[in-house]
Amino acid sequence: MAPLLSVRELRTWFAEDALTAKAVDGVSFDLARGETLGIVGESGSGKSVTTLSIMRLIPQPPGRIVSGEIVFDGQDLLALPAEAMRRIRGKRIAMIFQDPMTSLNPFMRVSQQLMEVTRLHLGLSKAEAYEHAVQMLETVGIPDARNRVDGYPHEFSGGMRQRVMIAMALSCKPELLIADEPTTALDVTIQAQILELITNLKRDTGTSVILITHDLGVVAGMTDRIMVMYAGRVFETAPTAELFARPSNPYTVGLLASVPDPTDDAHAELYQIPGLPPDVARLPPGCPFAPRCARAERICREQSPPLIQLTPQHQSLCHFAQELYDAAGTPTAATGDEGGR
Amino acid sequence: MATPSSSLAVPPADAPRADAPVTGTSLGKDAVKRLRKNRLAVFGFVVVCIVVAASLVGPWIIERATGYTYDYIPTDPSLVNAQPPFTAPDGSFSWLHPMGTDDAGRDILARVLLGGRISLMVGVISTFVSLIIGITVGATAGYVGGKVDEAIMRGVDVLYSIPYMMVVIVLLAFFGGRSAIGQLVLLFIALGAVSWLTMARIVRGQVMSLKSQEFILAARATGVPASRIILRHLVPNTLTIPSVMLLESFLSFLGLGVQAPLASWGSLAADGIQNIAVFPWQLICPGLTMAITLFSLNFLGDGLRDALDPQMRKG
Amino acid sequence: MARFILRRLLVIVPMLLVVVSLTWGLIRVAPGNFYSGEKKLPAAIEKNIREKYGLDKPWYVQYGRMLSNTARGDFGESLKYPGTTVNSILASTLPVSATLGILAYLLALAVGITAGTIAALKQNSRADYASMAAAMLGISMPNFVLGPTLVLLFALRWYWLPPARWDGFSVHLILPVLTLSAVYMAYIARLTRSGMLEVLRSNYIRTARAKGLTERQVVMRHAVRGGLLPVVSFSGPALAFLISGTVVVERIFALPGLGNYFINANLNRDEPLIIGIVAFMSIAVLFFNLLVDVAYAFFDPRIRY
Repeated sequence: MAPLLSVRELRTWFAEDALTAKAVDGVSFDLARGETLGIVGESGSGKSVTTLSIMRLIPQPPGRIVSGEIVFDGQDLLALPAEAMRRIRGKRIAMIFQDPMTSLNPFMRVSQQLMEVTRLHLGLSKAEAYEHAVQMLETVGIPDARNRVDGYPHEFSGGMRQRVMIAMALSCKPELLIADEPTTALDVTIQAQILELITNLKRDTGTSVILITHDLGVVAGMTDRIMVMYAGRVFETAPTAELFARPSNPYTVGLLASVPDPTDDAHAELYQIPGLPPDVARLPPGCPFAPRCARAERICREQSPPLIQLTPQHQSLCHFAQELYDAAGTPTAATGDEGGR
Repeated sequence: MATPSSSLAVPPADAPRADAPVTGTSLGKDAVKRLRKNRLAVFGFVVVCIVVAASLVGPWIIERATGYTYDYIPTDPSLVNAQPPFTAPDGSFSWLHPMGTDDAGRDILARVLLGGRISLMVGVISTFVSLIIGITVGATAGYVGGKVDEAIMRGVDVLYSIPYMMVVIVLLAFFGGRSAIGQLVLLFIALGAVSWLTMARIVRGQVMSLKSQEFILAARATGVPASRIILRHLVPNTLTIPSVMLLESFLSFLGLGVQAPLASWGSLAADGIQNIAVFPWQLICPGLTMAITLFSLNFLGDGLRDALDPQMRKG
Repeated sequence: MARFILRRLLVIVPMLLVVVSLTWGLIRVAPGNFYSGEKKLPAAIEKNIREKYGLDKPWYVQYGRMLSNTARGDFGESLKYPGTTVNSILASTLPVSATLGILAYLLALAVGITAGTIAALKQNSRADYASMAAAMLGISMPNFVLGPTLVLLFALRWYWLPPARWDGFSVHLILPVLTLSAVYMAYIARLTRSGMLEVLRSNYIRTARAKGLTERQVVMRHAVRGGLLPVVSFSGPALAFLISGTVVVERIFALPGLGNYFINANLNRDEPLIIGIVAFMSIAVLFFNLLVDVAYAFFDPRIRY
């Protein structure tokens, strides 16, 4: 079956004084219907810009989508006129953002904000939209929804607001939900609740989900596949379990190693990938990760790494991908837990 | 999660250290750079410099060059007559009076430049007075906090409700008119007293945010000295210079501000408006000069505020 | 909210007495008195005057009388226009100043908000630069320059509009209102622009766009309320300073308003009239500040009094 979303060679660049920041530089991936894809990376890796590009929400100066294709259900979104794209936004592709405290309009009632979407895209009347709003709030687990729906955002807690955001996003039963770090601003117990909510809703409606996060713990339990991004490029893509079991890219390996393991010796030093993420306006030639990579050799600093297809489902952008994949497959390398959680 | 094979866990020798300092620019240098790029602010700065320089040395130069001082009334009765700019008494073109003369024969350019001295001086000194009062009150309230802060802010709120201009008018009408210098000092105090309220509020807010632990820690972590933080917050408060100058000009226009023999742009306008229908340049020249100066000061002030605000982004 | 309003209304009376006391104190402390003009009055007449106005009583008695009169709203007779009560002067001049002030501010709001919003939406376009340049000019041009210039052009050169004098609600109002309004138009335009720009950068606007709303809906429904808050805040102190602007404009156009009478009262040392006008303006300022605070609460639901 054809994938729901197919991104090909997406490039989104930003003009920064005299330089060009290549926030997304040649990103390609597919998303099947009903699948949950996790996008993982450090700040500045281009995860958010990728999804904002899909939604065509990139501010046009200073940014612009230079080239690429974003094929959603057979249509190239980048080729659509603005009006057509607007009809897709919020209706067939919905997005929720990181900071629930500021993502809702503080001056408008929650009911109004919820009703807007359904009245606009589904043509519901005021009364119908209001009922729908109450139902959505109940679905996302807001207690006493009928009485609270007319409240203002500041009358809800952080976790509640994120639920409201989810309700708003799912109001029109979109085919794709993009969640950009939905739990980063929330505390841990709420995090788990929100993630569980998304999983349940997804199961009930069959929505495909793109989940962006920098937290590997979050993706481990929720995603079918994971895409690791760095400096605007896709460094590795694999099904979740396989990524954790057989990481085939030094960056991925470093990321996995950075997650503190409670079973480690209490006095052992925490591992950290040395150095800092690069400035995407001033990238060195060759592999962008080379300056920080433990595996790097001369070729890494001179030639861009190739994309190696390790299995039909697993690719890695590295000169030594095959070697790492093979090494990870041997028994001595795999110790401890598999697949996280 | 898989543990990495040991060879990958050890970083290469030439990898950048995780704690390597990132070179950046200081806030001050960054601000100056941004200010320079702002062409309007630069334009404003240049014009203000020209006006200030002209006010300071202009009258002196004019006196040396033409013998005219700002209050020089010609002894030749045929010259005691209002001339339009660049016109001689017989109607031909003349460089002598670029802004014309008033109906007592006095050269308007000289008067405008001298008026500029007074207007600018009042603007700067009054702003300074309000800065001093405002900072003292605001910093005390913000730093000490608690009951003292509450009491002070309550007082400020009370004072906020006074129709200030009225009281200032009463003050100047009843206490003024003794000596020109005395009036000036009164003006400094009165105008300074008008604008310190807003200043106090702003400073209090800034001191309170400075006081917060996180801010101090962050400042120390980035190595910014406290004095620079304070400076950065204080400079934008000088934006009140143009508005204070405007207030002074109102008062002088009404006859309550600067008194003869001194002149300010406001009082010159008051003189000029008498004959507006026949000798319009008497009002237009000082008025336009003032407008241009305020215009430039405002641009400069805007530019300063934008340059010092780290959140500003273009477009 | 109701209690808040009540509290603020109650505060007006003591505030008023404070302001009036301050003014009275200034007048009394100053040297000279209202009848110390060029002529030297004969002793008998001077004694009569002092008796009539109670100036022969000790100062604290006079102060007390002044306070109680103020509280009752009776300011007595004007010194300069004997036989005319201060209240009657207030009654006749108030409509003039009020009309001028209110029309000017409404005009400023209408033009300023529109211009500022357009400038924010078309940021960095020619329309943006043009309107902001005009706004900058508006802030920098003193009204005693703008007014006469307008008069010169529209009245004396082109004969389109009358130059001065008061004729009720008529075309005579156009130039004075324009003159007074200009600087506020400019400030409001700038505040609206920066307020809107600030709001348009915020996260909830990004959410609104992500919901598929048209740009027009995003601006009109979501951005406007937050973007106009600075204008609401500004209106408080602005209305207070409108007073000073009114004074100058009334002088220029020879309008018989409160401001004009106030200046004359000061020059004539007409104490009852001064006190009366100051008292009235205090009440007006306090009342307007209250109105603005209430309006702010309507705009921003997070504010709870």
